[in-house]
Amino acid sequence: MKMSDKVPVRLTVNGTSREGRCEPRKLLVDFLREDLGLTGTHVGCEHGICGACTIMLNGEAARSCIMLAVQADGAEIVTIEGLAQAGQLHPLQEAFREHHGLQCGFCTPGMLMTALDFLHVHPDPTEAEIREGISAVLCRCTGYQGIVNAVKAAAPALNRSR
Amino acid sequence: MSSQRWVGQSVKRVEDSRLLTGRGTFIDDHPPVANLYQAAIVRSPHAHARILGYDVAAALAMEGVVGVITGDDVAKATKPFSVGVTAPVHYYCTATDRARFAGEPVAVVVARDRYLAEDAAEAVLVQYEPLPVVLDPERALDPDAPLLHEAVGSNLAGHRRLVYGDPDRAFAEADVVLAERFKFPKYGSTPIETYGIIARWEPLDGVLTVWSNFMGPFIMHPLTARVLGLPENRLRFIVPSDIGGSFGIKTSIYPYIALIGLSAMKTGVAVKWIEDRREHLLASSSGTDRIAYREVAARKDGTVLGMRFKWFDNVGGYIRSPEPGCSFRPSGNFVGPYRFQDLEVDASVVMTNKSLTGPNRGYACGHLYFETERMMDLLAEKLGLDPAEIRRRNLLQREQFPYRTPTGGLYDSGDYPAAFAKALEMAKYEELRREQTKRRAAGRYFGIGLALAVDPSVSNMGYVATALDPQFRAKPEYLPKSGAVDSATIKIDPLGRAIAILGTTPQGQGHQTIVTQIVADELGLRPEDITVVDEMDTFTRVWSISSGTYSSRFGSVGTSAVALAARKLKAKLIEYAAHLMDVHPDQVEFRDGAVRVKSGQGPSYSIKDLAGRAHWHTESLPQGMEPGLQATAVFGFTVSQAVDPEDRVNSSNTYGFIAEVMAVEVDPETAAIKILKYVTVHDAGTIINPMIAEGQIYGGALHGLGGALYEELRYDDHGQLLTGTFMDYLVPTASEAPVIEIAHVVSPSPLTLLGSKGLGESSSMTVPAVIANAVSDALAPLGVRISELPMTPTRLWELIQAARPKRKT
Amino acid sequence: MKPPRFDYHAPTSLDEALSLLGRYGGDAKLLAGGQSLMPLLNFRLSRPAALIDLNRIPALAYIKEADGQVRFGAMTRQRAVEFSPVVQARLPLLQEATRWVGHLPIRTRGTIGGSIAHADPSAEYPAVLAALEGQVVVRGPRGERTLRPEQLFRTYLTTSLEADEILTEVRLPGMPAGAGYAFEEFARRHGDFAIIGIAAMVIVEGRRCRTARLATAGAGPVPVRLRAAEEILEKDGLGDAAIDAAAQSAGELVGPDSDIHASADYRRHLTRVLTARALRRALARAGGR
Repeated sequence: MKMSDKVPVRLTVNGTSREGRCEPRKLLVDFLREDLGLTGTHVGCEHGICGACTIMLNGEAARSCIMLAVQADGAEIVTIEGLAQAGQLHPLQEAFREHHGLQCGFCTPGMLMTALDFLHVHPDPTEAEIREGISAVLCRCTGYQGIVNAVKAAAPALNRSR
Repeated sequence: MSSQRWVGQSVKRVEDSRLLTGRGTFIDDHPPVANLYQAAIVRSPHAHARILGYDVAAALAMEGVVGVITGDDVAKATKPFSVGVTAPVHYYCTATDRARFAGEPVAVVVARDRYLAEDAAEAVLVQYEPLPVVLDPERALDPDAPLLHEAVGSNLAGHRRLVYGDPDRAFAEADVVLAERFKFPKYGSTPIETYGIIARWEPLDGVLTVWSNFMGPFIMHPLTARVLGLPENRLRFIVPSDIGGSFGIKTSIYPYIALIGLSAMKTGVAVKWIEDRREHLLASSSGTDRIAYREVAARKDGTVLGMRFKWFDNVGGYIRSPEPGCSFRPSGNFVGPYRFQDLEVDASVVMTNKSLTGPNRGYACGHLYFETERMMDLLAEKLGLDPAEIRRRNLLQREQFPYRTPTGGLYDSGDYPAAFAKALEMAKYEELRREQTKRRAAGRYFGIGLALAVDPSVSNMGYVATALDPQFRAKPEYLPKSGAVDSATIKIDPLGRAIAILGTTPQGQGHQTIVTQIVADELGLRPEDITVVDEMDTFTRVWSISSGTYSSRFGSVGTSAVALAARKLKAKLIEYAAHLMDVHPDQVEFRDGAVRVKSGQGPSYSIKDLAGRAHWHTESLPQGMEPGLQATAVFGFTVSQAVDPEDRVNSSNTYGFIAEVMAVEVDPETAAIKILKYVTVHDAGTIINPMIAEGQIYGGALHGLGGALYEELRYDDHGQLLTGTFMDYLVPTASEAPVIEIAHVVSPSPLTLLGSKGLGESSSMTVPAVIANAVSDALAPLGVRISELPMTPTRLWELIQAARPKRKT
Repeated sequence: MKPPRFDYHAPTSLDEALSLLGRYGGDAKLLAGGQSLMPLLNFRLSRPAALIDLNRIPALAYIKEADGQVRFGAMTRQRAVEFSPVVQARLPLLQEATRWVGHLPIRTRGTIGGSIAHADPSAEYPAVLAALEGQVVVRGPRGERTLRPEQLFRTYLTTSLEADEILTEVRLPGMPAGAGYAFEEFARRHGDFAIIGIAAMVIVEGRRCRTARLATAGAGPVPVRLRAAEEILEKDGLGDAAIDAAAQSAGELVGPDSDIHASADYRRHLTRVLTARALRRALARAGGR
């Protein structure tokens, strides 16, 4: 593919087939936001550290700012917009509200995706494990305590729904 | 109708639903106008260089590029920004004649998309003649130091020597005098959402509309209008309801508003600019790095008689308003929670080839209390007193409130000894000391730190004039400054539900939730009956130059404006209902969401009844009553006064208190610091929503910890930023964040309608002090004393190494 | 922070990838997990003419045992390593080190081959490769060759791979049952590259130390195998004095540099401290025979 040619990208986002065309250099997060209109996924650092852009890629949390859109061709992606189902908050979202796991809400989409993946891998985590798990995402508002409490509280509910 | 008191409850936030589901309205999310073009900014690679010329031909020739604006255009089309000092510093929204820090904007490219804009920005050629660089604020004052601003003649942007009481006598009469030099690092709170601006110019109307995540103070609006040569009523600032964190940093977006606004005016297209992380770390804003010399004079019994502060605040390449707040924002609370009366402050505000500074959470108070609280510990050590005891001996007592400080502050309420006692009790201070003895005997390095602070909220605009000489302020043409106001409008719809409209710019503080609680209580409604609109719009909101969400204002002045508006509305409802009942208003009362006759006889009118009638049947209003059920209130503090001829000023309006205890253990092998216990007790008056208050404290504490241990904007000798990525600029993660034990003591403010004070900056101002004291205490057996932050592992290990031979001899 | 333009290719076979690599003659970059390369592109610090994306070559992702070795396809995700039962059973040191590699969402994409080929001396996998005497397999137009760590790592971010070669496989000898191991790391924050990391393995026989393995992360331009320190232990056992002597020796064997995160002296000191700690933890885990 030559640099200025636009390439087709077809993928499943939140259960729906979507497609678009973009330059090969277009970052996945920009494709989601600009081409698909899914602005819930945020851009915080564009070098893979802050985690605000974290999405679920084929069932696993990944950074969408250090991945090309073209690489996601054929992938299944869940973004923050796909977490609540049928107008009901996901148990993890409920727990974040209950335990004040967010203030400005900017890191929250990435934090939720990261926590979701973490809880899949660690269904019954200790507090230290939770801290290590969510240390993948930077939050500057909460001092993390509300998030830690929310993830801890959400674990049993997620296990039940599994 | 509910009779529940909502104020004081941990009501869950109304903001959360949209934020948890990806429906926030952040500046980058929802283009308010179609056909936006994107800007990329060309920045100086040099920390100090003369600009010889620009070649924009290649960039302009690139497909999709619609314009390039250079420093030449800026010099021709705009004016420099007003600065807070009398020195002739010409600060434009880009470099014009020379660049004075690495990353300073020199040009802007506007293109079809950001990728293209960045391609074209690389094609803009700027010819530079590099100049010598100076970075250290003391070195910058040497006569032979490289000079940044020729018109100023030196690198000193401003200097004041402020004298309160008779410090010379205090030092002469003291039993003991101690001196110490401190260094406080340059760091910023790096909100995860960076700066963002969208500008649209309507040439035929002459209106520039700017959407941005600017947080105030809105004094920057008229300043920006002046720079762009626009009448203030032709410049519209709109701030969407969601801002992704700020912590003071987004105050300093305003030069970019001018720059992107100019870009829209020049190119004729709507222009969007989203700052990237590299730009943010290079060139947004931070607190100052400061070198401080402190002296304390005391009696043998530990009574502090006086202090001398001498500091050099480094504001970077230009002094950008609201600097020199770095030196003067805490003027009224310079003495902190202590009783001493004699003080000398010698403040130098210095320009060097670093990036620019401005408010950062705790604005200047982190610096102040780090120095003061370290001095208190050094004094305790010198006198052989327990650090808790020496503080107790100097604390203001409850019966002294309201207390006028020697520097002009008016502490509105407090019980400092009680709050301090509570912190010591929660931390089990005596037990911690016994534990320390035990661990020390086992060769371990366990330390306990204390820190006390007066937590100022709601800056009085008047403090900025402390930077000016009294002679200057005495001139007839000088316009005195004072004030801190906020406004709110509440309207009731025909079915009795309310909409509250604010002019604030919250960045995660939950204003919508707080306002539903207040209005529900005031009008006897349920929180879900109240919708709160908090997008700021200078064309439609009631605002003033002090508007905005900064200096922990909302919990104090903003909530008072809301309550005042609700009370005005309530008074109208009472008058209307009394008229309907044909009784005197004195005979009725507003209770449980309805107006009733006090005797309990006769009908009662619910808000819904009254609203329906008032809207549908204006004939039913008493004669002379203005139709419509809405009220706007502007609340201001009468204690906000201009600085007096003796440099005394009540620099804030409400003053809370913080008492903290921290226990740490230092691993002498790795120099790692482990926080074992951290207790913080706050007195912020009435707590409206404990959940939100606690969240503010947690967040503030972690900002303080970042500055104390991890975060620093570091430069090499050429003025190149070494910490320009989040791999190098270390933001604490959940694994570094301590667990905090929080408690409140409540001394309601007599000045606010709900008795509440701000606490948004909270422990950001105490953590540097408390952890420096704890680590110093832990390493006391080695003789290590912390006087410089951040305490990086290398720095701490070097201190330990340097101390060790001493121990052996 | 948007990447500059580049050609993009996503070959589905190794041969196709090699032929593309040859065609660009050194101007192309291989895109593995992208967790280091993509940031460099976003900062425009790397400007390849083309990216050759290896993510669509399924044959490059596997974990299998052969000849007492565990063999990893270069595109095996770090996350797959972390949760692999084979790794847990045969390479617990690698599993422990993996927990220190970035964060879970990074390990979702990051690959074992990419981490080693990137040759960041502060990274964990190169240290494990050195400690366990692993090898990498490299394919190019001239065929296949196998490189030991000391042949592979040249200096910071530089390997001996030619511009037309691809690292295809990582081979690590399985750790003997009962081997004690530890990966000790000191970083400013969790998930950061190591200021110093120590990979350690010991095999204990009675009171003797039959085999000791020590390698560093962060202590110089390449991972350092601490052979002289190992010899002290293999000669004198794992008593306190021997461990302290080995740690002392470790500090002398490394030549760390200063950077903004740590000074050279502090790194040298940490090498000593963490070597001792790693050895003590490894010893505690070792099943004696």
